[in-house]
Amino acid sequence: MGKIEDLQVINGEGYQLTTLEQAVGLARANSVWPLPFATSCCGIEFMATMGSMYDLSRFGMERMSFTPRQSDLLIVAGTISKKLGPVLKKVYEQMAEPKWVLSVGACASSGGIFDTYSVLQGIDRIIPVDVYVPGCPPRPEQIIDGVMNIHKLVRHESMRRRYSEEYRHLLGNYEIEVTNAGDDK
Amino acid sequence: MTNNELLEVVQSVLGSDILGHEEQYDALIIEIAPKDVLRIVSTLKENEALSFNFLTLIGAIHYPEDLNRELCVVYHLHSWKNAIRLRVKAFLSIENPSIESLCSVFDGANWMERETYDFFGVRFENHPNLTRILNMDEMDYHPMLKQYALEDGTREDKDDRFFGR
Repeated sequence: MGKIEDLQVINGEGYQLTTLEQAVGLARANSVWPLPFATSCCGIEFMATMGSMYDLSRFGMERMSFTPRQSDLLIVAGTISKKLGPVLKKVYEQMAEPKWVLSVGACASSGGIFDTYSVLQGIDRIIPVDVYVPGCPPRPEQIIDGVMNIHKLVRHESMRRRYSEEYRHLLGNYEIEVTNAGDDK
Repeated sequence: MTNNELLEVVQSVLGSDILGHEEQYDALIIEIAPKDVLRIVSTLKENEALSFNFLTLIGAIHYPEDLNRELCVVYHLHSWKNAIRLRVKAFLSIENPSIESLCSVFDGANWMERETYDFFGVRFENHPNLTRILNMDEMDYHPMLKQYALEDGTREDKDDRFFGR
């Protein structure tokens, strides 16, 4: 189980109380299913992060989801060319809410050394990014640090955030519609 | 076969079709007129003594200063049988960069011609599908022409003072 210290709980005889929101946050944070969108050397570092040496599965993340529909975290690791941009956006749109994005490495975050007509100068031009990991490529420790920060966001996210006007506005900036906000307002 | 021997054979086969020849990095280069490219390359392929059966590469070079021959289309030919190579160049004007497609002779020319069209805007006549192959379809220019900047124009974090410009 994840860290329980930063959770507000009431301890009683044989039971423990907390809010539903915090319990859901804890459950979500400890079973994030990542979708690796790896295109180059950052992808290799991410593979090392998944492997037994660094072992991402310690954090409930051993199940790589290669379909966007069953994943919570989009890990973009590597150079995204402008031609690939619409593909990445489509992958993001196909993920179900709630969803998070981890941008791994200089290329995904800013275009990196590829300041050229064919490369997207940072994926935040087409999709919202939650956590950026610097490095060219970042070491697995850095990627794990990024993942830890994602976990922190997930654990403390309000259950209502995805239905909020602010969130709709944020995605609106990227011309993405909030699809499964539904009537649960 | 040395380049001199190769040049003799090629000259005996093509005669006055060769507008010029030179040698760069140990490779023999001949220049031809763009309108003859299909016939000449077919001849080089079919000829028994040469049999250039493999088209290694099609590319282009942009020389903005060379008036009326700004675009150079380069063909690298390779004969597997004789282990010899030949480069063929044809110069086009930038106003009308049009040249015959080699797809009827070499199937492999298809994608290489699309790439050359994509990056330099060379129009290969009678190509079955002359569309962009590597760049995004929405791109409205040919990026390897030298009047276009290599760098992405939308990047804001680069301060010229820190890059010596």
